[in-house]
Order: sequence, then structure tokens, then C-alpha cells
Amino acid sequence: MKDENRTNLEPVDRERRTFIGAAAGVGASMVAPGVILHAVEAAPRATSVSSDVRWGLAIDTAKCAEGCSACIDACDRENGLDLQTKPKPLSESKWDQQKAVWIRKVKLQDNQTGRITNLPMMCQHCEDPPCVDVCPTGASFKRADGIVMVDRHLCIGCRYCMMACPYKARSFIHEALEGQLTSVPRGKGCVESCNLCVDRRDYGEESTACADACAAEGHNAIVFGDLKDPESPISQLLKALPTRQIREDLELNTGVRYAGV
Amino acid sequence: MAKAALKASLFLGLMWALVAQVVLADEVKRYVVEGSRAAELDACVEPTERMRRMHFEFIKHQRTLTVHEGIRGSKYSLAGCVDCHISYNAEHEPQPINRPDQFCGACHAYAAVDLNCFDCHASVPNRPESSPEARAAHAAAGVGQPGHLAHAHPGGGER
Repeated sequence: MKDENRTNLEPVDRERRTFIGAAAGVGASMVAPGVILHAVEAAPRATSVSSDVRWGLAIDTAKCAEGCSACIDACDRENGLDLQTKPKPLSESKWDQQKAVWIRKVKLQDNQTGRITNLPMMCQHCEDPPCVDVCPTGASFKRADGIVMVDRHLCIGCRYCMMACPYKARSFIHEALEGQLTSVPRGKGCVESCNLCVDRRDYGEESTACADACAAEGHNAIVFGDLKDPESPISQLLKALPTRQIREDLELNTGVRYAGV
Repeated sequence: MAKAALKASLFLGLMWALVAQVVLADEVKRYVVEGSRAAELDACVEPTERMRRMHFEFIKHQRTLTVHEGIRGSKYSLAGCVDCHISYNAEHEPQPINRPDQFCGACHAYAAVDLNCFDCHASVPNRPESSPEARAAHAAAGVGQPGHLAHAHPGGGER
């Protein structure tokens, strides 16, 4: 860290700068003193998550292309879902039903008009999640920042949450497996679902795998962000677009909102 | 005469104990990745005796903090155990740490503890963007990027 161009300014607190540099991680580049352009590897979270933020997704179904599965593929890679293997005695069709999926691509057709809508369906991260209500062990829980997830240490695999979820968002792991990712533990007998790339959240990364993949495809149908920050891109989008919650009659106040449904 | 025999046997016993200690130390050393943070330290994140008796308590409390509060990068971490204590075979492939001849597995087998951390958790380091310490450790050990999964999964990380 060179300070030649700052000699006329007040002396730099070297200790603090070192700390900033360390916190910003390897991939960060300083465009100006104190201004970090892009922290690729941010410091891991050291304090508890707070309810000052609520993570959510805004999905513009008009931009969601038919036949595209970029978000699902990215999710599978990020969360090691592509590492699942079919148990031998199981038929292909049954395996398709049984294997864990965090995002499903849903196609809606209005039979009267013939209008077709595509959308990705994942855990809706409800404010009042039914899966949490029914969980007998407290394994299904909502983090302070709005992420609904499963603590596998507590999950007994009863699957009440799968039945309670109106969105069919949860999956059960039926078979013992190996080769899990360090970031995404997974084991037989536990339920799991989309956790908004929770380890990315805790490492201060910007987005989710699905939103990144959608943007990379040029669709930009999925926007991730903080619903409580009125300046965030997701809040701006929700302000501009008419969006709905799926099954809003259930009054769950979902964290995932859809436009054009 | 009897006194001399006792002396001799005592001496032999002492020698044996010494040799056994050295062998034990060698055995243990094998389980620490060379060049890792662990290899440079006298003890793990806590004094060795404390680690032996309490490691499960440490990670039990840490897991609650991590899962529910989102606190990462704490002193105690199962991924940290794997990073420093994994061993590699001749082909530089990481050996699952819970196998009965490996760091976690050997001791748990000896202590008759049946546990299931690694039913769910990765038993080999496979985070591509691993901690700088782990990267340095693996580079020093000449094993490069650990795990073939690393390349297939740009997203991973414990993290």
C-alpha cells in the first residue's frame, strides 16, 4: 500500500489501513484511498445477523425465457445438487421426483387466452413461514435477516415442513451420500431448500447464484437484494413494477415477489 | 541380582516409553498438513490437552452460532479441522478425514465414539476459494488445489 500521493494530507493511520486491506480480501482493488472498487472475497461475518435487512428476490416473469434453465443449473452447481446420484433400484422418473431441487421452473398457461408465463419457483422466504410453525424440533427456522432455512443438526426428517409449504419448495434427502461441498453440508434424513446462498450472505457477496446466472444470460429476470433498504435495486424495482406474492391469500408476506403473474 | 534385573527392566521400560513417544509424535505429525497454520503452532486453536477433551464442545457451540446467527470465520470450525489435519496419499489425493486410519477417524475408533459429522460435512477440503492459510498450506505440501470438485464448483466455500 503506497501513500506517496498522500504526503500533504493528514498522516495515515497505518494500523487501520492494514485492517481495511485485510478485511477487503485478496480480490479487492483500491481505486482511491479508502474506496474499494470490488471486494471479491469479503471478510467473513463476525457479528450476528440482524433484522435491519431482509433478503428477498424480485422476479420479472416477462423476462424469464422459456427453455432457459440457467438459474437452476447455477443453483445446482453452487449448492452441490448436481453431485446427487440416482440410487440403482430407482427408476429415472421416480428419481426426478425424489432428488433434491431448490429451484423449479414452472410454466403457467391461461387456458382461456393461451398466455404462457414462465417462472422460477423456490423457497419464498415467508415472513410467517408455515414450515417453521409446524417444525417439532426448531430445525426449520427463520434467520433474523429473513432467510428461512433448516438447521440440519436439529432436523429429524419428519417432513412436516414439506407438507406445510404451499410452494413445494422443500426436498428430502433419501439416501446417504458423499462428496459434499464444504459450503453446503448435506446428508440422509434431512430436509433442505433454497437458503438464498446463505454462505454468500455471510461472506458479504453481492448476489445469489441464480440471479448472477440470469444476469449472465442477459435476461435479468431475477434481482436479489435487501427489501428493507428503500434505495436498493430490488426495492426500486418493486416500487416500479406491479408485483405479487404467490398465494397472497395465505398472508405469509413472502420475500420473493413476482411481476407479470 | 534381583535388584540388577529390576534396574535393567526399568531402564528398558523407560527406553520403550521414550521410543513410543517418538513414534507417537511421528504418527501425529503425519496428520498435520505440512506448511499449514497447524504445523507452525505448538497447539491447535486451544492447548492440545483442551482440544482432545473439548473439541466437540467447541464446534457444537460454534455450529449454532454459524447456522443461526450467521457468524463465520470463528476460531473453531469443522472445516478448519479438515484443512489442517487432512492427509494425502502418494497421488496427492486427500484422504477422507473420518476414515479409521485418518486423523478424526483413528481417534474416534480408538475411543469407540461413533459420530456422524461427516455424514453431511465434507471430509476432504473441497472449497475452491479456501482460506489463505489453507491455500498456502496446500501449496507448501505440493498438493495444489485440493479435491477434483473444486474446479467443477466455482461457487463453493465454507466456508
